[in-house]
Amino acid sequence: MKLLRVKAVVKKEFIQIGRDPLSLAMAFLMPALLLFLFGYAITLDVNNLATVVYDMDKSSASRELVAEFVESGYFTVVGSVAGYRDIDDYLDSGSAQVGIVLFGDFSEDLHTGRDAHVQVVVDGSDSNTATIALGYIAAITERYSQRIKGISITPLIDSRARVWYNAELASKNYIIPGLIAVIMAVIAALLTSLTIAREWERGTMEQLISTPVKTPELITGKLIPYFFIGFIDVVLSVLMAVFIFDVPLRGNLFLLAVFSSLFLFGGLSLGILISIAAKSQLVASQIAMVATFLPAFLLSGFMYTISNMPKPIQVVTHIIPARYFVTVLKGLFLKGVTLRFLTVEALLLAVFGVAVFALANKKFKKRVV
Amino acid sequence: MLERIKQMVIKEFIQVLRDKRMKAIVFVTPIMQLLLFGYAVTTDVNNISTALYDLDKSYESRELARRLEASGYFTITSAPGSPEAVRELLDRGKVIAALQINRGFSSDIKKGSTAEVQIIVDGTDSNTATVAMDYAGRIIAQYAREIGTQIGRQKSTPLARIDVRTRAWYNPDLRSRNYNVPGVIAIIIMLTCLLLTSMAVVREREIGTMEQLMVTPLKPLELMLGKTIPFAAIGFFDMFLVTAVGVFWFDIPIKGFLPLLVGSTAIYLLSVLGIGLFISTIAKTQQQALMATFLFYLPAVLLSGFMFPIANMPVLIQYMTYVNPLRYFLVIIRGVFLKGIGLDILWPQMVTLFILGAAVIILSSLRFRKRLG
Repeated sequence: MKLLRVKAVVKKEFIQIGRDPLSLAMAFLMPALLLFLFGYAITLDVNNLATVVYDMDKSSASRELVAEFVESGYFTVVGSVAGYRDIDDYLDSGSAQVGIVLFGDFSEDLHTGRDAHVQVVVDGSDSNTATIALGYIAAITERYSQRIKGISITPLIDSRARVWYNAELASKNYIIPGLIAVIMAVIAALLTSLTIAREWERGTMEQLISTPVKTPELITGKLIPYFFIGFIDVVLSVLMAVFIFDVPLRGNLFLLAVFSSLFLFGGLSLGILISIAAKSQLVASQIAMVATFLPAFLLSGFMYTISNMPKPIQVVTHIIPARYFVTVLKGLFLKGVTLRFLTVEALLLAVFGVAVFALANKKFKKRVV
Repeated sequence: MLERIKQMVIKEFIQVLRDKRMKAIVFVTPIMQLLLFGYAVTTDVNNISTALYDLDKSYESRELARRLEASGYFTITSAPGSPEAVRELLDRGKVIAALQINRGFSSDIKKGSTAEVQIIVDGTDSNTATVAMDYAGRIIAQYAREIGTQIGRQKSTPLARIDVRTRAWYNPDLRSRNYNVPGVIAIIIMLTCLLLTSMAVVREREIGTMEQLMVTPLKPLELMLGKTIPFAAIGFFDMFLVTAVGVFWFDIPIKGFLPLLVGSTAIYLLSVLGIGLFISTIAKTQQQALMATFLFYLPAVLLSGFMFPIANMPVLIQYMTYVNPLRYFLVIIRGVFLKGIGLDILWPQMVTLFILGAAVIILSSLRFRKRLG
């Protein structure tokens, strides 16, 4: 491998990237956009569930229970109805997700010491929201029933819950660190997966082949510029995460840089490998989507907990490098762990990078077919 | 005119499917996405790996731990012997929750005074943490109540409770798969059709074959139709493929009227193909087309209610979602699959989707014509 030739390819690639400022702008816009969306726009936290009330009792007790629901902040009453059919309508059209039915003998039952019945209907189609809503409902009615009976019994077991690492349970704190891995997977999929295929498609590969440049030199030369772009994206994302979205960064910055480089090397090499194998940009873009972006998004534990997945899928996640990088990022950001905890991840990321790079070199045939 | 469009469509099909790998991709990408969303994307919380730090080692403490496990939500994977070991397990991510039962737990219970337990949850995944705390709280409260009646502490005050009967409609087992899989149809159609349309047009320009097309008697409209019809066909194919796999493999109920699904897919395709054409008029290279597609696709998916409820978004962002065709199509598709509702309820979504689609396709064809000229 001659440094001079690598330098020449790097230079050529930089010129080509510079000639396409639109793509470059989009490469920098992408992380900002993703961070903005995950930081501001979307959340898995459940609030303001649209609720309809069917109150047959119309007593102060029933109104109080409804008020209790509203005050919790989790439920917003969007309508009072006078029949089951109306609840159907609200839930069918999606104008409400929760229906509360209070029967006519609610207050009487409560005051005579019998169990009072409340019926709650939830739209289960969004199972996550429904599960959380059911939990809230149970807690609110439990508290209310104790209060209304005037019994302030201390429960026999006092369970104290503490949340570590993310005390305010903000979903942004958990999503944004992992998002950096997704951003890099996107960059790898979008930028490197086309570079070699483009040369073949446009016919410029033949020109490259006629030069004395060797395969590893060509691939290294193609990697370096995109490594720079990817790294700038990482720096941008980390800055935005810390200064705009107030995500705590408790770990070592240098460690973060080293791990990011390792992951970038693997991701970009995979992009190149796809590009070499596909030879057509259309095919390459589709493969890149399935091989880099989707796994990083869905199988890395970035948003969906791996231990909740079925066993075979859990096994598959072990070959997804983003999985290890997400663990590293969450550890570094939220837990402030040190290298001692991350040696396995470091090793696996390095092995992956080298293996894919070697495979790309092997697969590339420097001849015209 | 029809003949020319037919020839163009044939050419396009030949080109797209000439590559053997492309044929595979048309099948494999939707199936892969479906499998991922069907199996991997689950917000159901089960088997939370839990550490039990039991300082009491009594019958009662073991019984509490047993109940946590019996619920199916928690799996006790380790029994650390010190607070440091608990910390280490959480730091390494080996466990997501830890239950600490202090010394004196059983004697406190027997005396009738309040016994203390501590639950520590890894909050990194805020969703799992919320659900885990809620489950743990309920299981412990239930246990306390039972013990309470056993030892007769509460016999003096009969505790009438409010008995809440909850039912989840449409998806009684609360399977997240039922919610996700119909949605996958919408996002697969979007990604596949956007990419294919935008890249196929730009490719002609990049390779230089666009000029050859322009010297043929093809009119811009015919060219446009020829470029979109094959991808619309692929979109429909994907829809049927995903629906079939969803229904027969994943047991997703389809309660509504299937033709309604086909009709709304056609309306939805108007917007998707329109946007694809629009991107093709902006992008000069396939690289740009790919990136622009993603720049549109990601916010469109994230702000559609596919994974994140729109009602939880800031109000300003909620307004933005009104121009997102995916938003309306998701309501339709989930309504048809899970709720079994029909046109009487879904017509506003259909009309809006149609207006959006018509607007986009007119705008793009005007731009497309100008770019050709």
